[in-house]
This record gives sequence, C-alpha cells and structure tokens, in this order.
Amino acid sequence: MTAALAMGQYGFYVWTSLAVFFLVLLIDTLAPLARRRRNLRDLRARLARQENRRRPGTAPRNESHP
Amino acid sequence: MANWVPLWLHRLSSPPVFYRFAGAVRPWALGLALLLGGVALYGGLFIAPADYQQGDAYRIIFIHVPSAWMSLFIYGVMAVAAFIGLVWRIKLAETVAMESAPVGAAFTLITLVTGSLWGKPMWGTWWTWDARLTSELVLLFIYLGIVGLYHSFEDRRQGARAASFLVLVGAVNVPIVHFSVNWWNTLHQGSTVRLLGPSHIDASMLWPLLTMMAATKLYYVASLFARVRADFIVAESGKGWVRDLALNTPGNDAA
Repeated sequence: MTAALAMGQYGFYVWTSLAVFFLVLLIDTLAPLARRRRNLRDLRARLARQENRRRPGTAPRNESHP
Repeated sequence: MANWVPLWLHRLSSPPVFYRFAGAVRPWALGLALLLGGVALYGGLFIAPADYQQGDAYRIIFIHVPSAWMSLFIYGVMAVAAFIGLVWRIKLAETVAMESAPVGAAFTLITLVTGSLWGKPMWGTWWTWDARLTSELVLLFIYLGIVGLYHSFEDRRQGARAASFLVLVGAVNVPIVHFSVNWWNTLHQGSTVRLLGPSHIDASMLWPLLTMMAATKLYYVASLFARVRADFIVAESGKGWVRDLALNTPGNDAA
C-alpha cells in the first residue's frame, strides 16, 4: 500500500497534481452556489426596501429575520 | 412528427423553465461526475500498470489530458453559444457562453499546472516556450480576457455581446492548440488517444482516461448549470418568477 502511494520516486508530482485538480474544481463548485445565495439575499433586501418606500411605516417584510 | 424536440428546446430556453431544469439536473450530474471520477482515478492511479519509460509519473495523464480536452471542448461550446447569442439574441445562449468561460479557465489552469508538474520530472523543466504550452497559456489569457470584458460593462447584455465577439475571435486559437504538436516540432508529445485509428495506449490505461473524460464532461454540466442559475437571479431580477423565488424562500434559499 505504501509502495503504491509512493508512486515510485514521483509521489510529490502525482499527488500535487491531484491536489491542484481537486482544489481548483472545489472552488469552482462552491463559488457559484455562494453567488446564487448572495444574489437572492441582495434581491430580497432590495424588494424589502422598495416595499418600505412605497408604504412607509409598515415593518419591512422580507428583511433578514433577527 | 418529431417537432417536439425544437418545441422542447424552445420551452427550455425560457429562463424560469431552464432554472428549474438546471436545478433538477445539477445534483445528478455532479454525483455521477464524482462517482466516475473516483472510479477513473482508482483505475488510473492503482490498477493501471506503471509506464515502461516514465514509471509512475505518467499517471498525471489521468488528470492532465482530460482537463486539456475540457479546456478545448468548453471553448467549443462557448463559441457555439456565443454565436447563437449574437445572431438570435437568445438570453440563455448568452448566459451559457459567459458562464462557460470561468469553468474553461479553471480546466486550462489545471492543464497548465499539472503539465508543469509532469514536465519537471520528465523533461527536467517546469516550463518551456514550446508551441503546445504557449498556445495553451494563450488560451488561459483568452478565457480570462472574456471574463474580464464581460464584467467591465455596466449593462450585462452589452457586456455579453462584446465578450461574445471576443469568444469568436479567440476561437482561432483552438485549432492552434490542438494541432500545435503536429505543425511544430515540440517537446510536448503527440496525441495518445485518437478518434480515428488505433490509440497509442494500452486498454488498461485507456479506460480510466475515457472514464475521466466522461466525469469532467458531467462536472462541466453541473458547474455550468449552477452558474447559469446564479446569473439568472440577477439578470431576471425584475421578473415576477425571480421575485417569487426570492420572497418565498427566506432563510435557507432552497429550490
């Protein structure tokens, strides 16, 4: 098992390649998911501000819940 | 009789329909990509025998080559989408083109870095200004240029149109990358896997390579769909369906 993981004398190069592959794709996977959540949150805040301007006095409906 | 295909495509190009479709497909594509990727890596790193010349260092091929294929494949998809977006002004096509660029850039970066990690032990250098390496680096810069140009406009659709022109101009580089190993005398080895004729590789090494190719393609679908969904929230923020989505999913942002 250790021999297989050592990859001859090339362990460093093979495992670093694998790490780069996973790291780059992990960032690429998580970034759009976070962006969608942020976009929805921003839109919700904007809609709440509009609602508040239209009907002042009413509690902002969709502001982030405390 | 088979006109349900264009009808279905037409319906799918509507942002709210595509948003739901992409949300349903994405987890399956990503799950299958992880499964196939795991099988391919196990086959490539542990089952396939070592190369008679390169020893175990050649195993980088199972990451490097599928990534390199994707760097060109995604450019092809992006160019077709950009063309459709420019000619017919279909919003989905513009979005697909623009959101493909970061994924393409990610695979190009992986190709360059893993190629470097392969080159050091085999060629004795991290980098050389060889035709294949240089044209792949240019490909990365084109991808980054497209992303940069798209985001430099205040108006998103104007930005998408300008960047789509850059996509079509930059497409010249794709055949240069592909044929560079034939056209010039390069340090980079020629194609191992060929569509026409026999591949210069043993079956025990070929199947993990092709499985990884399928995995990266599915990964691209998953990543692209997540990106298009994120983009539509902003692009369609004035529309009722996005407002409903924002207001009806407080807190957890599900669906």
